Amino acid sequence: MRARLSPILFAATIAAFAVTALAVEPGEVLKDPALEARARTLSSEIRCLVCQNQSIDESDADLARDMRRLVRERLAAGDSDQEIRDYLIKRYGDFVMLRPPVKRSTWLLWFGPILVLLGAAAVMIVYFRSRRRTSATAALADDERSRLDALLAEDDDAS
Amino acid sequence: MRRVLFLTPLILFLGLAVYLGFGLTRDARIVPSALIDQPVPEFALPPLLESGKGLATADLKGRVALVNVFASWCVPCRAEHPIWIQFAKDQKAPLYGINWKDKRETATRWLKELGNPYTGIGFDGDNRAGIEWGVYGAPETYIVDREGRIRYKHIGPIFAETMSGTIIPLIRELEGEK
Repeated sequence: MRARLSPILFAATIAAFAVTALAVEPGEVLKDPALEARARTLSSEIRCLVCQNQSIDESDADLARDMRRLVRERLAAGDSDQEIRDYLIKRYGDFVMLRPPVKRSTWLLWFGPILVLLGAAAVMIVYFRSRRRTSATAALADDERSRLDALLAEDDDAS
Repeated sequence: MRRVLFLTPLILFLGLAVYLGFGLTRDARIVPSALIDQPVPEFALPPLLESGKGLATADLKGRVALVNVFASWCVPCRAEHPIWIQFAKDQKAPLYGINWKDKRETATRWLKELGNPYTGIGFDGDNRAGIEWGVYGAPETYIVDREGRIRYKHIGPIFAETMSGTIIPLIRELEGEK
């Protein structure tokens, strides 16, 4: 029994660690689960400015902890998610959001790949069309035709 | 004509490579401040030193002033400190300090050891004012104009070159503004 239980126990321990292996400290968690869920979602969108490719939800940096605290305080005070985002963007710039906002200066960033894809598709269509046209118009000349016939006849004889 | 067409992908590639190559030369750790040309955020910090002054939004109006974010645990702050001692001696402009994410005792001891160049020091142990200012590390230095707007932000320590090449000329320029 003992032998069978221990792998399960082991797996459970691993699973428990997987859940708690986050930067959010127990003392930070809000009492209201709905607010806490919003805080978690919001924190996962906000960049930690010290360790730049982590969100403040994942980062152990001191500054990330301060920002998590700020997010939770403002949520508790009744701010909307967008108000909190705007507050941080006003102080740290668009860079603080992991997902850059769609606006005029980021249009190229957001729609550039689609433009490249469409452009490449257009080039390919034009290229294949023109190739089909040239192959259709280039008929065999008389001497080429007779030479081909001769070669084909030769092949028939061989077999 | 055909030959040029044949070279198009190569030319496109070279263009992209040069563009992205320039991107690599930028220091990605430096985040441009969103507060440039914006008024100083609303904040009020208690003084760090019992005998000294604190720092609040109203203190930064009327004169071109510098705000230096420092902490006793910050090694580059120690490295740039002599520059501020000299700056205060020359009386170029008032220099204010924000003592950021620090402890009172260690910060006080730090200033006793190295000298205190600041006209007033706000104590921001829990980074509340720091977030208002968009601070994300120490040291950081801000130049505030007469109207109380942030005009310049320097991230990292300031040495003689930046001081004489950027900071001092900018202070002069801002003092000339009406």
